[in-house]
Amino acid sequence: MTMPFYVSPEQLMKDRADYARKGIARGRSVVLVAYADGIAFATENPSRALHKISEIYDRIGFAAVGKYNEFENLRVAGVRYADLKGYSYDRSDVNARGLANAYAQTLGTVFTTESKPLEVELVVAEVGADAAADQIYRLSYDGSVTDVHDHVVMGGRADELGAVVAEGWTPGLGLGDALALAVRALGWSEEGGEPRAIAPAQLEVAVLDRTRPRRTFRRVGGTELAGLLGTDDGEVR
Amino acid sequence: MSDERSARLPHAFTTPGSSSFLDFVSSHAPHLLPGRRDGDFAAPAVPHATTIVALQVDGGVVMAGDRRATAGSMIAHREIEKVFPADELSAVGIAGTAGIAIELVRMFQLELEHYEKIEGTLLSLEGKANRLSTMIRGNLGLAMQGLAVVPLFAGYDVARATGRIFSYDVTGGRYEERDHHSVGSGSVFARGALKKLWRPGLSPADGVRVAVEALYDAADDDSATGGPDAVRRIWPVVASVTAAGYVRVADDDLDPVVAAILADRADRLGGPRA
Repeated sequence: MTMPFYVSPEQLMKDRADYARKGIARGRSVVLVAYADGIAFATENPSRALHKISEIYDRIGFAAVGKYNEFENLRVAGVRYADLKGYSYDRSDVNARGLANAYAQTLGTVFTTESKPLEVELVVAEVGADAAADQIYRLSYDGSVTDVHDHVVMGGRADELGAVVAEGWTPGLGLGDALALAVRALGWSEEGGEPRAIAPAQLEVAVLDRTRPRRTFRRVGGTELAGLLGTDDGEVR
Repeated sequence: MSDERSARLPHAFTTPGSSSFLDFVSSHAPHLLPGRRDGDFAAPAVPHATTIVALQVDGGVVMAGDRRATAGSMIAHREIEKVFPADELSAVGIAGTAGIAIELVRMFQLELEHYEKIEGTLLSLEGKANRLSTMIRGNLGLAMQGLAVVPLFAGYDVARATGRIFSYDVTGGRYEERDHHSVGSGSVFARGALKKLWRPGLSPADGVRVAVEALYDAADDDSATGGPDAVRRIWPVVASVTAAGYVRVADDDLDPVVAAILADRADRLGGPRA
């Protein structure tokens, strides 16, 4: 007797994972690089309003790749989670680990119980008093959490671009050097040729700056970004 | 439902639509709302915060509050702070039941920050003033039992490039004030001083002086308002809000202002002549 509707659990999970991975790979990458005074986020994003990088709380930032409506929903949930926790306890009690766990449970539950997994990959980063206290958590579509250090790349060519960042990264980078490294990775060409030049106007850049009081998240753009990247004519080399 | 048992974030967190933290807490965790108390009771003698003054200056506003909290005829606290940054571009001062007022300010600060984070843009000054109005209205039940909170809200209006001041009543009524205003038990005396000393185009530094003079006059005649405490070196909380943002005047910068006022008043008890 045949069982036409039987699909092995391995196959089911693999199909879902492939589906999610394909969705994520379509998006442009996001690069996170730790620098001397904090953590810098950069991605190629011509939109001024639809952000991939956002503030969650005083010391916590959020970056995502994948489907906008899905990660936007998770971002809002994260802001609500953090604000509610800070209001019930104290601002200092809100940390990235708790938020990463809440996201992991949500992603994991959706992956196993709903018909379609979330096509997103997230990073939750918390800037500490010094570089050793920084925390970066990377979350996958299936709810798995990785505690990463110093730098991370998400999106379609994550492994390839991650290698570029890993090669160029050193502890105690200045902000300008860190952003130049991130932008070089974002423009990395597959054929191994010259990195593609990306105009500052096409970039979405933000930092968690540990030297700022209370709210450490700050967007970097316009002339400040061009200045940091050391380009007067607006082209990154 | 599998969702109820799973550890994922509850649906209230992922429901799209509202940028208001107040609305979110009201639906998800109403027990955390300020002033949400059950039962019918008479208000005991709990700490009350007293006088707040605010005045328009060139390019913004100055707000100041004394440092005394009273419970009945006793001094409950000598250095309570009653002027807070609501966000980068506005300040809120509180008079009335201290416990509820401070909780309300915390919620108000979070409401503005929450909106800013979710929407990616600041609320207009009118929008902020209206949100505060809604919160005061939510406290009406307690106000009727004697636990009223009356805030004073002032900020820099980016669209109009000027400072603006809003006052409230216990029912949440919101009134825009021209030039200057004061609330709290010593407000009658402070307002008299403000009327004589305020003039258009006051510089922020002169505005600080006028605010401290007004609080001095309030403390002179109102037992619930504390004057500058030169022995303990407790000065009023004075803040200015301009296009550059909320800045609290440091105690070191208030030293010469208070010293000058005390010296002048030794010569002339009524203070400066208008």
